[in-house]
Amino acid sequence: MEEIIIEPGRGFKHYWRDLWAYRELFYFLAWRDIAVRYKQTAIGVAWSLVRPFLTMVVFTLVFGKLAKLPSGNTPYPILVFAAMLPWQFFSNALTASSESLVGSANMISKVYFPRLAIPTSAVIVSFVDFLLSFVMLLALMAWYQFIPSWRMIALPLLTLLAFCAAMGAGLWFASLNVKYRDFRFIVPFVVQFGIYVSPVGFASSIVPPKWRLLYSLNPMVGVIDGFRWAIIGGEAELYVPGFLLSIGLVVLMLASGIWYFRKTERTFADVI
Amino acid sequence: MSDTMISVEGLGKRYIIGRERNGSDGLRHALNDLVTAPFRRLRNRQSAIGNRHSEPFWALKEINFTVATGEVVGIIGRNGAGKSTLLKILSRITEPTEGRVRIRGRVASLLEVGTGFHPELTGRENVFLNGAILGMTREEIKRKFDEIVAFAEVEKFLDTPVKRYSSGMYVRLAFAVAAHLEPEILIVDEVLAVGDGAFQKKCLGKMDKVAQQGRTVFFVSHNMPSIKRLCTSVILLSNGRLVRSGSAESVIGEYLRENAGNGAAVELADSDHAVHSPLKIKTVEVLNSKGTRSDVIFFGEDIFIRLTVQAEAPMPNVRVGIGIHANGVRIATVHAPAVDFPGSPQPHTFVCKVAADALLPNFYSLHVGAHSIERGGLDWVPDAVDFRIEPVGTDGSDDHDHRDWGLISLNALWEADLLAVSVH
Repeated sequence: MEEIIIEPGRGFKHYWRDLWAYRELFYFLAWRDIAVRYKQTAIGVAWSLVRPFLTMVVFTLVFGKLAKLPSGNTPYPILVFAAMLPWQFFSNALTASSESLVGSANMISKVYFPRLAIPTSAVIVSFVDFLLSFVMLLALMAWYQFIPSWRMIALPLLTLLAFCAAMGAGLWFASLNVKYRDFRFIVPFVVQFGIYVSPVGFASSIVPPKWRLLYSLNPMVGVIDGFRWAIIGGEAELYVPGFLLSIGLVVLMLASGIWYFRKTERTFADVI
Repeated sequence: MSDTMISVEGLGKRYIIGRERNGSDGLRHALNDLVTAPFRRLRNRQSAIGNRHSEPFWALKEINFTVATGEVVGIIGRNGAGKSTLLKILSRITEPTEGRVRIRGRVASLLEVGTGFHPELTGRENVFLNGAILGMTREEIKRKFDEIVAFAEVEKFLDTPVKRYSSGMYVRLAFAVAAHLEPEILIVDEVLAVGDGAFQKKCLGKMDKVAQQGRTVFFVSHNMPSIKRLCTSVILLSNGRLVRSGSAESVIGEYLRENAGNGAAVELADSDHAVHSPLKIKTVEVLNSKGTRSDVIFFGEDIFIRLTVQAEAPMPNVRVGIGIHANGVRIATVHAPAVDFPGSPQPHTFVCKVAADALLPNFYSLHVGAHSIERGGLDWVPDAVDFRIEPVGTDGSDDHDHRDWGLISLNALWEADLLAVSVH
């Protein structure tokens, strides 16, 4: 039988093994959040399709027909949706995971399990929504008879990048929020601010070249640009230095997020 | 290879408590401290967070004990003694400040029933969710699903949302899931406080079975009878320190001694009565030979126990009785002669005189009750009142601990050729 040693500062050597042992918990927590969303509703799970569908309709009407913004060969709604997809994923994941630990205060103070499961399952829930929205994107492309380019193959990798960005930021905010509840108010602000600063409503090509690299300090710039590049095809160009910088920042954010989370995890039960 | 399952060495847990600054743990203060830290170090001042407005509070200090496989350890102590903190450390929910714990085997803790239950999900869904939170795999839960549901007796309600369950059903289901974990070490915290008598019996039965299977159990409770029934050894915590450990009898005795505050006169509340009928014992008092209430009687003085009893309906042939307990054992029972209660609202008084030199100096607890042949038990109040008998140094024998001498004092006469007195 394995011996476990509990000591101050040791931080549970077996953590990563525990994560594997508790792997099904990730699934169960995500499943719980999704199941609960639609309990006692009339149309149930259909809501998860309805939301992206309505978003798509609004985009088409507002950006395509009413605003008649120029977009080259690509229908404007697709241009915007291609950027909304990763952005929505990021902002939902960030909001959900930053509140996740505090929301599970009861479980954290009464049961042992690797706490990483909580913010991760919040990001997984947002990922499921992301997948459904992606289905809507395909429907949109079919509507406009828009044929995507071969670059779509890169999507899984870009999705992974978006996932890492969401996890990194999510872990930071989740752990900070436990001790400093101020973050409950900071996160919505970050999200609101972010949607204007990130190239969602516009393409990052309108940023003057000399500021482009600085602009790429926002990790989501690289992710969104990547999505646009893969989905739109021909016209969208990828600003490679900026993209690489964004990848670097995402990796840094994720690694530091995990580090900070593990460091503060041992005090969660005392502070929450 | 030793079969020690758990070994705790020098364990301590400190919390910093202090006055809350306005709002939550100020981000502003933390940022402030972060920025001024280098300057503070220059001026050689201590960290502001450690100093200002805060003081350390040791919830546990210098706890040492070992537990072997198959033991059932009871942990008792007053509220705030540190029992839950100890369990939390053993369950890895919180980290100790000093010391170390070595555990061999899978640990499952039940610190609260229904952790993770979501009111919107059905019973079936919650069984899976709760099981996963407690550490079972989906396979395991599926395998034990029927057993769990049968134990909880909620077959018919599996597909209704748990928010519709009665509190009894809720607690049964929650306990059922946890009871079917198969850990090597099970930690249970006062969960028996919730639920009705049938539920408590079921819980105790299950814990008994778990113990018999050779698993190690840690059990925190205020319910002394269940501790005595299940535990092979008991630990007493007081103010964060381990005050005593040993057999259930001796440790519980010490705990009761520490807490004999239930002095001398008690007006019994409805919840104190274990049996209910139109007859009720209203008050119990211990009086000294001067007729005043006292929770201390000196050895050699007469002891008077006064009860007031009320019967709302006529009751014939009632015998009121007093059980005298010391060291967790019933030493004697005294019964009043049978009387008939007319059934008036006015309470009747009974006074019992116990000859003083019958009981040795010790801590005593009285259980009171009444019964009749026709109706059986009419009222019963365990642990109604406590008192103690103090030694008096008349014959120079007060330097002995009278507790070693036994529980009662017999009136024995001696004859010896060196003595002048003859028995005949």
